[in-house]
Amino acid sequence: MSSDATFGDYGGQYVPEALMPAIDELTDAYERYVLDNEDGFMDEFRARLQDFGGRPTPIQRADQLSERYGCDVYLKREDLLHGGAHKLNNALGQVLLAKYMGKDRIIAETGAGQHGTATAMACAHLDMPCEIYMGRTDINRQRPNVFRMRINGAEVNPVDVGRGTLKEAITETFRDWAGTVEDTHYVVGSVVGPHPFPSMVRDFQAVISEEARAQFRDRTGGLPDTVVACAGGGSNTMGSFAAFIDDDGSDGDDRVDLHAVEAGGSSLQVDEEAGVAPNSATLSTGEEGVLHGARTKLLQDSDGQIMESHSVSAGLDYAGVGPELAQLVDEGRVTPANVDDDVALAAFHRLSATEGIIPALESAHALGYLEERIGVVEETEKGGAALGDSILVTVSGRGDKDLETVIEESADRDLDAAPDMDVFREGIR
Amino acid sequence: MTGDATTSGTSGSGDLDGSTLSNAFAEGPAFVPYLVAGDPDFESSKAYLEALDRGGADVIELGLPFSEPMAEGPTIQTAIARALEGGMTPDRYFELAESLDVEASLVCMTYYNLVYQYGTESGPRPFVERAAEAGIEGLVIPDLPAEEAEDLRAACDEFGLDLIFIVAPTTDGDRLDRMRELVSGYVYVQARLGTTGARSDVSDQTATILERVADWEVPRAVGFGISSGEHAERIVAGGADGIIVGSALIDVVAEGVETGRPVRETANQLESLASELTEGAAAGARKNRSEPEGQ
Repeated sequence: MSSDATFGDYGGQYVPEALMPAIDELTDAYERYVLDNEDGFMDEFRARLQDFGGRPTPIQRADQLSERYGCDVYLKREDLLHGGAHKLNNALGQVLLAKYMGKDRIIAETGAGQHGTATAMACAHLDMPCEIYMGRTDINRQRPNVFRMRINGAEVNPVDVGRGTLKEAITETFRDWAGTVEDTHYVVGSVVGPHPFPSMVRDFQAVISEEARAQFRDRTGGLPDTVVACAGGGSNTMGSFAAFIDDDGSDGDDRVDLHAVEAGGSSLQVDEEAGVAPNSATLSTGEEGVLHGARTKLLQDSDGQIMESHSVSAGLDYAGVGPELAQLVDEGRVTPANVDDDVALAAFHRLSATEGIIPALESAHALGYLEERIGVVEETEKGGAALGDSILVTVSGRGDKDLETVIEESADRDLDAAPDMDVFREGIR
Repeated sequence: MTGDATTSGTSGSGDLDGSTLSNAFAEGPAFVPYLVAGDPDFESSKAYLEALDRGGADVIELGLPFSEPMAEGPTIQTAIARALEGGMTPDRYFELAESLDVEASLVCMTYYNLVYQYGTESGPRPFVERAAEAGIEGLVIPDLPAEEAEDLRAACDEFGLDLIFIVAPTTDGDRLDRMRELVSGYVYVQARLGTTGARSDVSDQTATILERVADWEVPRAVGFGISSGEHAERIVAGGADGIIVGSALIDVVAEGVETGRPVRETANQLESLASELTEGAAAGARKNRSEPEGQ
């Protein structure tokens, strides 16, 4: 672990002056409590992840997918973490850190609502007042998560500017923080933002790959050939990759390939006139720039105005990406990929119908990538060559939150495993 | 220190012959209005800026709208949305700056991504070169702390622009020293915590921060929350060398847009509010002269 503020050319601290002292204070707290385990912070964090969060989450061999793709497919089941997504790892870490720092109020942004619900849960658990900023569009398409946040005692502040999604919510939360830094901690929801957030959130999420690497070893005696994780801002991605980054094949060790799957949305084509990128494939198509406190890859027009991104999955719908992930892609350590809405929806249904696991639409992108890269393999053929003989895929969350979206979006598409829901759609919306 | 012909910072263009921005503060307290360029459209915006000039503006902070303005409150954020909707781009911005018939010095206020992306080569140099060509004399970049400002400072030095930094109520110690080293033109003193927006009170924090930058080589302009001549007077009497006013002026523009008022009427209102603020600042300076200096 390092506390460097930059990742090559990426990262840094591009924030208004009023926030700099808070950022400095947070950096100091990160180094002391997270990196040096001062006052036993990390011990308490791990204990709470276990007791409250239900860690460790298992890895599971997906038998049907393994057969389909002719290789061993293992799932890291972050959908089984308390709250139903990997987000709790980070939220619990930061809310606990805020307590150690003596802050008495928590604010956070949320897109899909998963980070908001995780933060609201962590705040209720640790007895901290909590306010969540959420775009109006997201509120409308993620209502169950709004209810969960409210029921856990959080205030939910709707953000009406722009298109009313994640990037507006982030901007609004920074704005709150600029006036309240003295007593408030901003729980950033991904490996984005100014240092120390990208490093700190990665360290809190790294538990995913720390567990998975040991579990995979125990189970198989080796390491997976490839780890696949979906990427929006990149917290699940960095969490899934962190412990494998050094398995880069140098010194004759086994190499673990790392594939980050972004949302290809409906198209990779950009409508510059309208300022819309109908995808959020930042790693594949983005250009370097500065947004929300960090230099990183962004979806932006030629002037540098930030584009509206799109994905069927609200949690991947973001115009930026974590600076460390951008660097790992530049260095060739991480392979960027993307699958479109159709492929993700098909994968959602496939895992649900054949493995009994309803994945989040975000995670469905990682699963869809297997279908796209490997495809169905004949019985006699030893398959999986594209991604190796053993693949570890992180199921970053469960899909209950996405059911309405999936049913609506599936109705107009010809998807193999999708059940006919027409009779039942009346009652929806 | 009001009335002193101050020189600019140690590393800026002020090394050449004293920055013209600093000079704008030399003949009494400076009135520094802020508007978003292109709000709500190119021609109206031009009329409003020229009205502020007639109302006594010494420096105009001309905002180049960015889609994610993280340091702004709702008033300026909405103005930025109007300007983007009205078709404002960096190239149109420079055309607007060139077309202005004003005596005031122009300072560009925007976010770093637009500076960074401009032109074909990456980095801030092409933007600064174009800004200099358009007659812009300084830059304020709210999301660029001193730690990240080296490249921009170098480009500003190359093309003779001042680089203004914002000192917040929370800024102290090493951070103050670092800014002092890099600043030129004037220092933007943020009067209170939070984002921009007109407020009816003037913060006690202001006096404390002014104290902290009292011995800087550049003039001190105070912003955030100034909305009337009476505020302006109190701020200048409290030791500021200039006042920065944004949201109170944008409220006038916004009201004009909402009520469909003719551009000329809004311009007249802006001019009279500008005059009130200019006179308020002058009154504050007179008060200072009649009382012994506090420092």
